[in-house]
Formats: sequence, C-alpha cells, structure tokens
Amino acid sequence: MRDVAIIGVGCTEFGELWDKSFRELFVEAGISAIEDANVQGGKIDALYVGNMSGGRFIEQEHLGALIADYSGLASLHVPSTRVEAACASGGLALRQGIIAVASGYHDIVIAGGAEKMTDVGVETTTDALAAAADREWEGIMGATFPGLYAMIARLHMHKYGTTQEQLASVAVKNHHNGAMNPIAQFQNEISIETVINSVMVADPLHVFDCSPITDGASAVVLAPADIAHKYTDTPIYVKASAQASGTLSLHDRPDITTLDATVAAANRAYKMAKLTPRDIDFAEVHDCFTIAEICAIEDLGFVKKGEGGKASESGMTALGGDIPINTSGGLKACGHPVGATGVKQAIEVALQLRGEAGKRQVDGAKIGLTHNVGGSGGTAVVHIFSRER
Amino acid sequence: MSVPRFWRRLKNLYNLIGTHCEKCKEYYYPPRNMCPRCRRTGVIVPFKFNGKGEVVTYTIVHSAAKDYVRHTPYILAIIKLEEGPRLTSQVICAHEDIHIGMKVKSAFRRLGEESEKGMIYYGTKFIPLETVK
Repeated sequence: MRDVAIIGVGCTEFGELWDKSFRELFVEAGISAIEDANVQGGKIDALYVGNMSGGRFIEQEHLGALIADYSGLASLHVPSTRVEAACASGGLALRQGIIAVASGYHDIVIAGGAEKMTDVGVETTTDALAAAADREWEGIMGATFPGLYAMIARLHMHKYGTTQEQLASVAVKNHHNGAMNPIAQFQNEISIETVINSVMVADPLHVFDCSPITDGASAVVLAPADIAHKYTDTPIYVKASAQASGTLSLHDRPDITTLDATVAAANRAYKMAKLTPRDIDFAEVHDCFTIAEICAIEDLGFVKKGEGGKASESGMTALGGDIPINTSGGLKACGHPVGATGVKQAIEVALQLRGEAGKRQVDGAKIGLTHNVGGSGGTAVVHIFSRER
Repeated sequence: MSVPRFWRRLKNLYNLIGTHCEKCKEYYYPPRNMCPRCRRTGVIVPFKFNGKGEVVTYTIVHSAAKDYVRHTPYILAIIKLEEGPRLTSQVICAHEDIHIGMKVKSAFRRLGEESEKGMIYYGTKFIPLETVK
C-alpha cells in the first residue's frame, strides 16, 4: 500500500444557496480544489462523490455521471462513482478515494461530496433524512433524526447527569468558531439562553441543538505521497482511514449512549496511525446534534464515557482548550449539506495543518482527526491527518 | 411506505410477532431471518411477544416528518420487551407521566396516514401497564 496525501482542497460556501444548482455547486468546489492542487484536468484518474439523497432532494440519481459530465471529464471518460452512507457519504467517498490511490489503482483522484437540500420543503427534507434510520421499524413509528438523538440525549442525562446547559455549550462554542469561518452558514455568536429558549424540536433538543439544512459541496485532490511535492509545498498526509459498521437502528445498539461504530473506527484508526487519542491536536467531529458531539468526544477517547458534557462546558474543546473540537463551526454552525460534510471536515483539518485557518487557527497544529457518522451510528468513518509524513 | 411493503409486515406490526433463534435462544423484534449470533447455523422461528416492557429512553417529538405532522407532539420511545429485545414505538400517555423505567404494554393503534386519501397505517404502540392516577 502506498502513502496518500491531500494536495488540494476546495469548498463552496455553505448555506441556503437558492441561486445555485447541485451541479454548479460540485463544479465550483471541484475547480477550486484542482486549482489549489495545481493539477490539469487531464491528469485526473477518477472521481468519488459522496451524496446521500439526490433522488429525494433533487429527483436526480446517476450523480457520478452527472458530475463527470459537468466537470468536463466525460469526454475523457474519467470513471466517476457516487458513494452513499447517509450523513457519512462524504467521509466514505474520501475513504474510497484514499483506497484507490493507496492501492496503486489510480494516481490523481478527486474525492468530494455535495448535497442540495433546500429545493424541497422542510417536511420532505425531514422525511428524506429519516431514511438514514430504519424505515420499517423506526421511521414508521414516527422516528425523526432529532427524535433519535433526543433519545440518546435523554438517556445520557439520566445516566451521567448531563445538563441542558452542557448540551447548549456545544452549540455556543461551534457558533463562536463558525463566526470566524468565511464559508460557514451561521457566522454569528449565540448564548446558552439562545439555545435553551429556542423552539423545541424533540425534547430535550431545541432547534439550536440541531445542525441546519444546508446546500454545499466540497472536494479534495488526492495523490500518492511520493509525488505530492510536485504539486504543493504543503501536502497533508493521510495517517489512517478507518470505517466501521454498527446496527442500523438505535434500539439495537448495545449501549444507546455509545456509538460503538465510532469506537471501532477510532480504534482501527489509532492502530493504523500508531497514535493514541492524546496525540491528536484537534478534531472535526460529527455534531449533527449537540449530544452527538458530546458522545463523539467520549467515543473517540478524548474524555471518559459520561464526561463529555462537563468537558464541553469547561472549555476543554474550545479554541485554545486542550483539544479544540470543530474549529470550522462543525455541522452546527458551518452547516450540514450531508454528502459534503465528511469531505469538508478533511478540508478544515488540512487548512489547520497548513496554517491557513485564519482567526480560528489552532496553534502548533500537527495532527488532526475527522469523524463522520451515518444515521444514528450505523456507519462511522475516522481519518487521521498529519503535516509530516 | 408502499402497500406491499407495509402488507408484508402486517403480522409483525399488528400482533407483535418477531422471531426466535432455537439454537442460541435469542429473541428478535423487529424480526430477523438470520440470527446475528449464529448466522447461517441459527434456527429461526416466529415468536409472539407478550407485549409487556419498560421504557429505556424517550423523547417528545414536536417537529415530525411529513406523514406524522398531524400527530405532533407525540411521545417516541425505545422499549425493552420482557423477552429481551428493544424496539422503537410511541407511548400513549400524558406527557408529564412518561419516564425512564415506566412499565408499559402493547396496544393496537393507528400509526399514521399518508394523506387524506392515502393508506392508513395501523400497528403497535404502548400504553402504561397500570393506569396512572
């Protein structure tokens, strides 16, 4: 297996982008990534695109071909593959790209993700997202995504004494970070009171505990590490790419407050990179809901099980804290165009490791981790990146 | 959900029929046609659950997907059946009464409907085992 590096990154702004289509968004992200990498289009060997629900959101499938075509790569017959794992689609597309380069099958690969969520009404969006859960045994009973994570939150509060304020502190921190990120959907500060006084979505989760509905696209260019310096002075090396499955339904999880797929993916990633949680300088984690970030920092091994709420409230995960989490603003403030999220996380880590994160720069960032989850934990993807090979 | 897709599950949804592996003695609801423990060596047979269980966790859903909007707010819960498996369903009781550990029993109820002229789904919800107050 060959070492792999990210040699270019590109991302659209995230938000309600009513004037832009799905294909325009992906092309915009792709072009900025290949310009960043200084690669000619003719050098691209393959495309992988993460997308959850083109069929429901824009009534369009066959997205691999669409993207190859509108990226001007159809005439070169560049293979293009859509990858789907609900909200982890982007992380999985990235992993497929990494595997393709590591194996020697391809050299220059674009791994991206895109989702256009605002062309349909919010109830249709909620229903499309609910398809990430078990339609026959959760969805039909009226389960929604906020509802499932609310049940995780309720039990976490019951078992560990986690409070509404601790949940809210995650959103407050991520909005603070998002305010420093020019692509973020929400670039405004909020307070604990904003969260707690906002409308209830699924008790105990308020609307400010939830990530928003977002349009956006993101892409990275991957290359074998041996030739990465031909394209860039600042390649970012992939130290680990790990994926794990868990039960599709939340009710079948051995411990409802633990995403055991996250634990498994993280353990594989740490082993692959020969690192421990203590070696990670900062991380982008899957905060689709505030409780999800609390579970994530526990399941990734940054804090003990049950202590995620206290850690968040203490400032440990803020910029300047022991382990800054979601410097991009996370899914909560940067936005969550589901298929694009996993790749956007890698872009944030790459920008931090290149020292290009501006006002939200983590001092001395050397090793960063990304964590992308599908559904309530049926899929988890963990990547570890380093400035040094 | 399409008519055939719903129809295939009628017995499971109406009568809380799941499956049981005669080899490892594990019970499954929702039903599985392969035992995750024994995989191909398992012996799966239908099993009717007694319908009694306990609330493991719950939420009150205020913002629902399109077929359920008219039912909000409703209590969604994970329930552990006496025989062991856990499932997701709704609990019908006063919102102030729902709590973790509440004893419940199954009840045949309307789950939802697609639209005014669409299919009406029936299935199993849960009610408190003993009438509260």
